[in-house]
Amino acid sequence: MSTQPAVINRAKGLRGWLLQDVPQSITQARVQRFYLAWLVFRRNPIAMTGFLIIATLVAMAIFAPWVTSSNGLEPHLRDRLQPASAAHWFGTDGLGRDIYDRIVWGSRITLYIVGLVGVIVVPVGLLVGTLAGYVGGAVDNVLMRITDIFLAFPRLILALALVAALGPGLENAVLAIALTTWSPYARIARAEALTIRNSEFIMAAKVQGASTGGILFRHVMPLCISSVIVRLTLDMAGIILTAAGLGFLGLGAQPPTPEWGAMISAGRQYLLDQWWIPTVPGIAIFVVSLGFNLLGDGLRDVLDPKSSE
Amino acid sequence: MIMEDKPLLSVENLHVSFDTPKGVVDAVRGVSFQLGREKLGIVGESGSGKSQTGRAILGLLAARGHARATRVEFDGIDLLRADERTMRTIRGDRISMIMQDPKYSLNPVMTVGKQIEEAYLVHTQASKVQARERTLEMLEAVRIRNPRHVYHAYPHEVSGGMGQRIMIAMMMIPQPDIIIADEPTSALDVTVQLQVLAILDDMVTQNGMGLIFISHDLNLVASFCDRVLIMYDGQVMEVRDADDLQNAEHPYTRGLLSCLPQVGDSRDLAVLKRDPAWSAYQGAEVD
Amino acid sequence: MAESASARQLAAGPSASSAPLSILRAVAGVLSTLLLTFIGLTAITFVIGRVMPADPVLAIVGDRASQAVYDQVYQQMGLDRPIYEQYWRYLGQLVQGDLGTSIMTAQPVMDDILRFFPATLELATIATLLGIFLGIPMGVLAAVNHGRWPDHFVRIFGLLGYSVPVFWLGMVGLLIFYANLGWVAGPGRLDVFYNDIVTPVTGVILVDAAMDGEWDIFWNAMSHLILPASILGTFALAYIARMTRSFMLDQLNQEYVLTARVKGMSESRVIWRHAFRNVQVQLITIIGLTYASLLEGSVLTETVFSWPGIGQYITRSLFNADMNAVLGGTIVVGVCFVGINMFSDLLYKLVDPRAR
Repeated sequence: MSTQPAVINRAKGLRGWLLQDVPQSITQARVQRFYLAWLVFRRNPIAMTGFLIIATLVAMAIFAPWVTSSNGLEPHLRDRLQPASAAHWFGTDGLGRDIYDRIVWGSRITLYIVGLVGVIVVPVGLLVGTLAGYVGGAVDNVLMRITDIFLAFPRLILALALVAALGPGLENAVLAIALTTWSPYARIARAEALTIRNSEFIMAAKVQGASTGGILFRHVMPLCISSVIVRLTLDMAGIILTAAGLGFLGLGAQPPTPEWGAMISAGRQYLLDQWWIPTVPGIAIFVVSLGFNLLGDGLRDVLDPKSSE
Repeated sequence: MIMEDKPLLSVENLHVSFDTPKGVVDAVRGVSFQLGREKLGIVGESGSGKSQTGRAILGLLAARGHARATRVEFDGIDLLRADERTMRTIRGDRISMIMQDPKYSLNPVMTVGKQIEEAYLVHTQASKVQARERTLEMLEAVRIRNPRHVYHAYPHEVSGGMGQRIMIAMMMIPQPDIIIADEPTSALDVTVQLQVLAILDDMVTQNGMGLIFISHDLNLVASFCDRVLIMYDGQVMEVRDADDLQNAEHPYTRGLLSCLPQVGDSRDLAVLKRDPAWSAYQGAEVD
Repeated sequence: MAESASARQLAAGPSASSAPLSILRAVAGVLSTLLLTFIGLTAITFVIGRVMPADPVLAIVGDRASQAVYDQVYQQMGLDRPIYEQYWRYLGQLVQGDLGTSIMTAQPVMDDILRFFPATLELATIATLLGIFLGIPMGVLAAVNHGRWPDHFVRIFGLLGYSVPVFWLGMVGLLIFYANLGWVAGPGRLDVFYNDIVTPVTGVILVDAAMDGEWDIFWNAMSHLILPASILGTFALAYIARMTRSFMLDQLNQEYVLTARVKGMSESRVIWRHAFRNVQVQLITIIGLTYASLLEGSVLTETVFSWPGIGQYITRSLFNADMNAVLGGTIVVGVCFVGINMFSDLLYKLVDPRAR
């Protein structure tokens, strides 16, 4: 192996600070790690495409009031069933509502669903997993049994049953999805906790008198977060598809909310003659799901290079 | 060992490089040597290019690896310029390779017997029954008791030493002219090492084969081989007869020798000081 | 020559005595997990059915039922008893196959389910077979050509198949192949005037029609089946191809593949006899997972294609507030889902020599 010449860092200013060989502070070290990961990420065209798609989604959601001409909720029966035109980029639906506007507003709902599921699933998974992995023994056994049981459940059907009991609605759909999705994260967190459990800094914390809870919250969990988040990104596409499926069945957001799955369902009757009404929301779902899959793949490549290239 | 007039294998100016995201890495730079019916050791540390030399001879570099040389000649054939078909007749049948860890180098879902038989059947027109007979003979030749039971075993059911002997049986069954052994004993316990080496020695000597023994262990190679080739950073530093090592001239070799602990020696272990001059390319380009 | 313990064990004879024991152990392990999961599943449906609704009886009989019916069901459910007794009763009923009565059809839910299940099975089976016979070769092709265009093609195709909302794809498929091109038949399992001609032996129309010799009906059923099965199969295909590629890439990097090449074997033998042999065991689990998820995912496809399977049954019951039917269907699908996964796990343990 030929010895490689040391990369001489001649960049100045911010870039120089980011690329400096030996970081001068913890903050700098953290930022540098982030930046280097970003550089690797940036080189991967697949990941970047995914990132751009998701960034567009987020931008759409944030700037919805400014990029739409209406709130997509009020019927304009005179304009119903119009094909794509300059006035209505994606045409209008059965109630005369601008489809483009509804798609843009629907992006907020998509993000809301994804965010809500994440907010439920990540803490629950982390808590259960790190507790099981760190404490071990009977606690581990019981918790993992429970996790396995949830892991074995069919996601969609169980969501159906839950919604049947609780009634249709966006939050209920989210709850149903979260209930059937949290298990893998607990497993991942547990695996990480198991490897960290015997580290020296944990022993040091114990010697200093830290309680189990303290150790869990301040040391173990923060280290497990990144793998859980990567997995969440990989799962997001599936979550979106499940949510759209529930919406399609009429079990998610209720009309007139412009949830994309529900839009497809409502537009189904117009499939033959005004095909754009159910088709365009489906394309939106497709693109976003694709974006998350690309992003997740890219993230995984960055963090675990041997898994692909 | 009587050296025949014509060497079995002649390597002239071999270069091996790899395309990595960071650029081209030259793993082997201008290595030349000849192999007769003898035991030649190639010694070097990690990254010296010794394993890649072996792989290049067989044309089995990893993806993104490229080999080029003035000439790599075996039995009148230029190995680097031969087509894949020719190489496949040579691999196993005329030149073979033993790898380091039988845990990984044996197929986990095939029985030991089947794997050895396969090595035989690829190059001969024998029947299954004959192949089985030969396999059992080979298992006995590598001193495995109960060859019939081992025949039906899976690789994870046998110990490391036995696994390596199975490896040897598998690679010797087609009776090749040259065996390349890539760190064959590095994954074994010391006591088992000697047993495996003894078997290897016997088979090589009895069949008049050429052996290339690749290792990082200078002591081991010095005691086992006839000649020693020292590699560093992709190049050959020195070639010496094994029993002449103490007269080595190259500072790297001398450094290696002085690093070896001697029993009864109470001085501090020396630390090898690397001279960047050793990395400077000393060879010629390939035409 | 001194030998290790494993050699002595080998010398004692092949492990004939421990093979049935380890099989037994594997089966026992799987059964116990199955039991636990079943309990978990029923606990959840119990909670959903009894604990969550404001009035569980109303949820089952509907708000148009008479007081007599209400009282009868109230007694049946034992709602005045403590919860764990109710659950025990519930379990007892389940095990006997009593899933309650459906408001919609006034039939026992179990009977309804048995009527609708074969249609779903038909769909899921054909889709999975499609996934297997197209997906596996695609995955192997991609792995062997890592970095070149077949690999990119398979990766992209897999990614697309993975990301597409299946129900939407079904709709678009209907639009293009049925409405516009007329290549396949439309929604439903059969054209209307073919209904009820074939004697339902297995419930699978293809089989029944073939047995009756009604080939017109057979081909009609086929033309109805092909689009939904292909749509559903796309997902299976994408998943199986992706996993096969990943597994093969892993194996092709292993040392024993190098050994096989050193022995002088042809590339196709190295790929199929060595690398793929190590992959096929893992594929068992993948195929099981795929089949199970197609079974439950068919809910959406069935809705789009008006396919009278169990998914449609559950959704229709849901909109009719027919709790018994919904929960009954959930349990059946759930048990199948869990069962298939456990079975493939078991199969894996039995087939992989390393796991013994």
